[in-house]
This record gives sequence, structure tokens and C-alpha cells, in this order.
Amino acid sequence: MGLSSLFHVKAILQPSVMPGFGLTLGFVVTALSLVVLLPLAALMLKAFSIGPNAFWHIATDARVLAALRLSFGAAFIAALINAVFGLLVAWVLVRYDFPGKRVVDAVVDLPFALPTAVAGIALSAIYAPNGAIGSIAALFGLKVAYTPLGVVLALIFIGLPFVVRTVQPVLQEVESDIEEASALLGVSRLRTIFQIILPNIYPALLTGTALAFARGVGEYGSVIFIAGNIPMVSEIAPLLIVIKLEEFDYAGATVIATVMLLIAFVILFFINVLQSWQRKRFGNG
Amino acid sequence: MADYAFISGVKARNEIGESKIIRRVLIGCAIAFLSAVLLFPLVIVFTEGLRKGITFFLNGFTDPDTLAAVRLTLLVAAIAVPFNIVFGVAASWAVTKFNFKGKNLLLTLIDLPFSISPVISGLVYVLLFGAQGWLGPWLRAHHIEIIFAVPGIVLATVFVTFPFVARELIPLMQAQGTAEEEAALTLGASGWHTFFNVTLPNIKWALLYGVLLCNARAMGEFGAVSVVSGHIRGLTDTMPLHIEILYNEYNFAAAFAVASLLAGLALITLILKSLLEWRYAEQLAASKRH
Repeated sequence: MGLSSLFHVKAILQPSVMPGFGLTLGFVVTALSLVVLLPLAALMLKAFSIGPNAFWHIATDARVLAALRLSFGAAFIAALINAVFGLLVAWVLVRYDFPGKRVVDAVVDLPFALPTAVAGIALSAIYAPNGAIGSIAALFGLKVAYTPLGVVLALIFIGLPFVVRTVQPVLQEVESDIEEASALLGVSRLRTIFQIILPNIYPALLTGTALAFARGVGEYGSVIFIAGNIPMVSEIAPLLIVIKLEEFDYAGATVIATVMLLIAFVILFFINVLQSWQRKRFGNG
Repeated sequence: MADYAFISGVKARNEIGESKIIRRVLIGCAIAFLSAVLLFPLVIVFTEGLRKGITFFLNGFTDPDTLAAVRLTLLVAAIAVPFNIVFGVAASWAVTKFNFKGKNLLLTLIDLPFSISPVISGLVYVLLFGAQGWLGPWLRAHHIEIIFAVPGIVLATVFVTFPFVARELIPLMQAQGTAEEEAALTLGASGWHTFFNVTLPNIKWALLYGVLLCNARAMGEFGAVSVVSGHIRGLTDTMPLHIEILYNEYNFAAAFAVASLLAGLALITLILKSLLEWRYAEQLAASKRH
């Protein structure tokens, strides 16, 4: 970079004949500031006003830690299960042809379309001790609803489409000629899958799993009905925020929210790094 | 999609690929998993809703609180969705038709609400407008109610649905470029004329797609709305919140009756969305992620 370019004052907007830049950008920035940024600034301001000692004291409270552990732990387990089954579903949808494939493909998006409260009471009805699956599980002495296991199940429901919809387009792009070459060279099918196809989609699989995880950590509606919300056992972090708010403990709610946001942004950063790595390596998003 | 199905159909007959048995086992596993995890809950909503018969089901909707909840949900969507359309179109226009500094930051900020827990989306408004919030005393002095009132519910809904239309339009408008609009402008068309007659026809299906998803979320939002609503029956109860109240009162049949209405909305959304994907695949954005 030469000195001239260093001192060259670059215009904020590159010249264009298109109209409406001021109008659209002005509206977007105003709306974004009022609806998203100002409220988030209120949260940050509140977090700073608490002071580091009080903040640490609230954040390390046993009940808060248990809630955070459950939210992150359950979301992690659910994301891992979704990674396996999401990959299977994406594989079947991309590679095979079977009757009703379009319906199956559409069903994958159900968790995006179904309101979380509806999913919540439905899951709770199914896995309650007198429910369709809950009663069968009870025969084996297994309690699903009102335990952390119930939380994991709800998060599997919520997270699945993230994995499928992230892996699907990348799996579609994997060239079949390298598979053919590998088969012609006498490599077994299983080895071809594990050493040639899967490495191509690992970044997408990781991204989808991370998205499912991030969504699971913050999920509320589908979880609270099946969780039973027993403090220290099956109480998720978002619910604890709601409880603190109902007790007018704004500081408590703010601290839990800030910790969750900080960890969520680390995950988001991780996803962005993954995606740019994927673009560099495979030339697709 | 159809082309690919054809190719994979041919490949299946080749030496490469899994044997017929393995294929069937994998397809069976995937369908079994999807049925158990996704379809079963949907079916349960309808069977539980209709358990006490169709008359009980329909009677549920003569309850004034339920009707008020339906009305409020429709009102909130009627405000949040048009706002989202205007914002989404304006944001995609600014981002895809111009090159300016800070574009990536703007894109990140537009997507921000997706990575925030719905409960936190509600909490930030309580901290801003609530009785003990930053603007609480001022609002009380001027008799303006936002939290535990309809404006708060609308704001929280707008917050969680913020990125929906923009993220459908941006990749598509990016791919379409500015050549057609520039041609119209050099021929003397006005800016608005160009937008309505050149840009809008090019993006209408993607816009509809974004509106569908935005509407589903606006009507179904629970966590964010729950925090700011105050759960006042007949006044600040949306349909998802009303489901929770009925469920917690052990009025399961009525809860599932209201739930099946929302589940019906979800089904219609899915069907319309799939139709758009099949018919107008090339006119929608390339990547279909949410």
C-alpha cells in the first residue's frame, strides 16, 4: 500500500446512478437503532451498572450455574444427536429417490413453522408419564418429561432443521466423479464415504451443529412445558431470567442474559470463522 | 432439485452407491426418526384438540378470552409483518444496490436478533421501558404504557422477526445486480417507477417467501412476547400465551384446541413455502437457510 492510497480519502459511498440510498439506509439505520440497538444498549448499560463484584456474585450463584449448565449441556447433547440424524436425513434427501420425498423434505422445516408453545405442549403430552411414549418409557423405569432428558428431547425437535438445511446444499455440490474415481480404484464404499465425501461436508456439518446448539441454548417455549422446571434439576437459563423478572430482580435477569449473550457471540464468531474457511476451501457458502 | 433426483436415480443403478438394502434401511431410519421427532408432535396437537369432539373444539372459540387472544395475535402480525416488509426491502435495496463502508457491519446487525434468545429479546425492552427501566419514570409521567401492554408485544415481535424478509431478499438481489434498474433509469423512469415496475416483479416470490416465514414467527412468538406481555387475560394475551394459560390451568382440551389453530397455520405455511420452492426455485434466493 503506497503513501498516496493511505492519504486518499475514500468516499463512504461509491458513486452510483441508483436512487434512494439516503432514504433506504436512513430508514434501516433508524429502525435498527430504535428497535434493536437501543434496547441492547439498555441491557449492556444495566450490566455495567451492577459492578463487577455483584455481577460475579450473581453469575456464580448455585441456582444460576445449574441453569446455565443445563441449558448449555442439554443444547450440546441435542446438537450432537442432531448432527448424526441431520446428516442421515440430508444424505437420504440428496442421494436417494423414494416416493413422498418432497413431503419428507417439507416436514424437515416443521420446527421453523410450528410455534414453540405448540411444540412444547405437544411434546409434554407425548412424554408425560401418562403420554403415548412416556407411558412406554415408564414401563422401563425411565422418566422423560420433567427431567433433563425431556429438555434434550425438546431441543432435538428445535435444532434438527438447522443441521439438515446447512448440510443439504453442500452435499448436493460434492462432485460424483471423485466418488466414481475412488470406486474404480477399488476403494470400498464405506471408506469412500468416510475419507472422501464426509471430509467435504465437515465444515457445513459443524456449522449446522453450532447453529442448532446456539438455538438450543436460548430456546424457551418448547422446553418449559416438558422440563417441569425444578430448580437445580430441570430449570433452564431463559426460564430463570423470566423468574428473576417476575421477582423484579432486574439485576439477576440482566446478569444471566449477559452471560448467555457473551457465550452466544463466541459461538457466532466460531460459526463465521467456519463459514469463511468453508468458502475458501470449497468455494461455496 | 428435479434434475438431481433424476441423476441420483440413474446413479442408483450404477455400481457406485449403496446397495438396495442399505439404501432402504437408511431411508427407513430417516423417515422413522422424522416421524417420531417431528410428525408425531404435530399429530398429537390435532388428536388432543379433537379428543372431546368437534363441538367442544368449536365451542372453545366462543370463549371471549380466546377470541381476544386471536384478535390480538392478528393485530400484532398486521403491524409487525408490514413493518418487516418495508424494512426488509429497504435494507436489501441499500445493501445490494450500493457499495458503502460498513456494509458488513450492517449485515451482521440485521442478523443479530436471530442469535439472541427470545427471552432476552423481551428482557431488553423491560430494561428500557419497564417500571424500573431507564425510560420507565418518564413514560409513567406521560401516561404511556409499553410494557404489559400492546406496544411492548408489537415491539418484541418486530425484534424477533427483524431479519426474515431481508435475509431472503439480499442474496437474490445481490445475484440480480443493478443492470435492469440502471437501464430503466437511463430511459427516464423515476426511482419509484423503477422499483415498482422493474425490481418488485423480480423479487416478488422471494418477498412472499420471506413474508410467509415472518408471519409464522410473528403469530407464533412465545418467549419474547411472554416477557413483555404481563399475561392479562383478554387484554395482552396472544394465542401462544393463551395456550400456556389454559395448559397451566389443566384445561388441556381447550389448550390443544387453540394450539391446533396455530398448528394449522404452520401446516399452511409449510405447504405454501414448499409450493414456492418447487415452482419458483430459481426466483428464490440460492441458499434456503433460516
